[in-house]
Amino acid sequence: MQASAGGRMRIDVNGLDVLLRALADEGHELVGPRVQDGAIVLGPIRGVEDLPRGVGDEQTPGRYRLRARGDDALFGYAVPQHSFKKELLLPRVTLVRIRRGKTGAVVEAPPRPDRKVAFVGMRACEIAAVEVQDRVLRDGPWMDADYAARREQVFVLAVQCGAPSGTCFCVSMGTGPKAEAGFDLALTELLAPEHAFVVEVGTEAGRRILARVPRREATAEEEEAAARVVCDAAARMGRTMDTTNIRDLMMSNLEHPRWEDVAERCLGCANCTLACPTCFCTDVEDTTDLSGDEATRTRRWDSCFTFDFAYLHGGGVRPSLRGRYRQWLTHKVATWHDQFGTSGCVGCGRCITWCPVGIDITEEVAAIRATSATAERGG
Amino acid sequence: MTATTARQTRSPYLPTPMVVAEVTRDLEDVFTLSFDVPEGFPFRPGQFNMLWVHGVGEVPISISGDPGEPTRLVHTIRSVGNVTRAMASLGVGSWLGVRGPYGTWWPLEQVRGRDVLFVAGGLGLAPMRSAILHVLSHRADYGRVTVLFGARSPAQLLFRDDLQRWRGRFDCWLEATVDRAGRDWFGPVGPITHLVADVPLKPETAVLVCGPEIMMRFVVRELERRGVPDDSIWLSMERNMKCAVGLCGHCQLGPFFVCKDGPVYRFDRIAALFDVREV
Repeated sequence: MQASAGGRMRIDVNGLDVLLRALADEGHELVGPRVQDGAIVLGPIRGVEDLPRGVGDEQTPGRYRLRARGDDALFGYAVPQHSFKKELLLPRVTLVRIRRGKTGAVVEAPPRPDRKVAFVGMRACEIAAVEVQDRVLRDGPWMDADYAARREQVFVLAVQCGAPSGTCFCVSMGTGPKAEAGFDLALTELLAPEHAFVVEVGTEAGRRILARVPRREATAEEEEAAARVVCDAAARMGRTMDTTNIRDLMMSNLEHPRWEDVAERCLGCANCTLACPTCFCTDVEDTTDLSGDEATRTRRWDSCFTFDFAYLHGGGVRPSLRGRYRQWLTHKVATWHDQFGTSGCVGCGRCITWCPVGIDITEEVAAIRATSATAERGG
Repeated sequence: MTATTARQTRSPYLPTPMVVAEVTRDLEDVFTLSFDVPEGFPFRPGQFNMLWVHGVGEVPISISGDPGEPTRLVHTIRSVGNVTRAMASLGVGSWLGVRGPYGTWWPLEQVRGRDVLFVAGGLGLAPMRSAILHVLSHRADYGRVTVLFGARSPAQLLFRDDLQRWRGRFDCWLEATVDRAGRDWFGPVGPITHLVADVPLKPETAVLVCGPEIMMRFVVRELERRGVPDDSIWLSMERNMKCAVGLCGHCQLGPFFVCKDGPVYRFDRIAALFDVREV
């Protein structure tokens, strides 16, 4: 049972459990999919027993339901409600503490986060989303120190997607369904003839941990079956987005009547920005202790859909929902390219599923393209 | 772009406490805080700092001091929100958290040898004061220097001592207008665009504009009418800012983060967005 250089390995369900416990044994907290309150969410898991066995999902605009798959699949669903964003760009984190005393003020940086964590069941779109956030929060002239420190200590145990949902369009965005890189280990789940996983090794850390797991080399049939899983997934995308020239399409249609149309449906609830794995906007809150001497500055998630987001003495820059929705969508698929050399959308479909009124980002882009004021129509 | 060449791995959110050395009441709701910085606080005219009041909050404020006097940091502030109101109650000896300087600056090196026209509205004179002081102390490097200033009323004339000093120089032309006036005012009354309409301009005159967005919109329109090319106009833009380093997303203006790609823009770079509402 030697892991040969390019050859893929095969582990069974028990092997997956050994793998998860080996990761825990090496000091990783495991964060992975589990069923909670009628949805698959990301949370702490111990082993295979916490994974959503035999559970699938149905996702359509504004609708999410779990369903019984009638098999033993452990990763038989698209993307969970949460993204791994909440583990790297924390919803709340202390930025600085400042204590005021008789002799002046003492500025105290928070301790550098020290938390080894393994992301279990990460999809290709979610790896792509973290890479987008890396560019925003880590690779610019200034970095978010907390994000960067957390990011350094992540072990990625990816699972190739075999169950895209009705709101998925990673193929259009070029982010999936197959994860080609960005993981330590990537599994492909096979349900027949036996429940097993084909394992790709991405890094030396992945290779080391896999060495602790009972395994054998994958057969040619197993490798072929694994390739078929992602190939089939690619053919079952629920949605598509034509991204041809999308940056110029959006920026030359800032006065398109579709913005009025979507503003009449949008509630401005910010669900899409919370569910989105790349939305990175944050606010800073100031609090003090009861004496007023110790002040804390806390970074927390914010959303461009809130009225206060662009507050400027006396009023907001974007008082209308038309302006706020347009800001979100044009940033996501257009100006993100100018800022970070990549789209801000990875095609995970969360914003469509979790929108309470079922606004569909792919439909909005298509509507603008279909009636574009300029000749920006793609093929 | 920003002055940062090496990547900053230190948390950008840590302020430096600084003690207020001097407080000046400029107008009823405008005041100036000065800090002594013996080790120097180098900045370029047009840049801003984030100023933090203990337990209240943090706001971006442009630097209005003399760049030739880097040991004295000067900020001119309008009391308009809860943070700036808290700042208004600070006296000499109290302290603020300061981080910066951030953002782009007026193109004073770039426009050397050219005529320079400053157009400021209201508190827009504050980030321009540093630039005017620099130009006047390097007077031989520039051609004709003109300052146009618009205020709501004669009582709202900011930096009155400076205005009188600049107006008294023979190598600088200053004109001020107000929106409304009583009998104590003998100058022009009306929008600043009227002053722009009459000012002598050469094709290569560099125009620096700062003020409320609506005022800048009309000034730019007038400058275009007078034939000033878009790449000879610079504006200082304003947006909500929380981090000042391009991480929080608040200050976006189309593809730009005003905190790090701005606040000073050459107009041709933002012209396409300038007339779009709610960008």
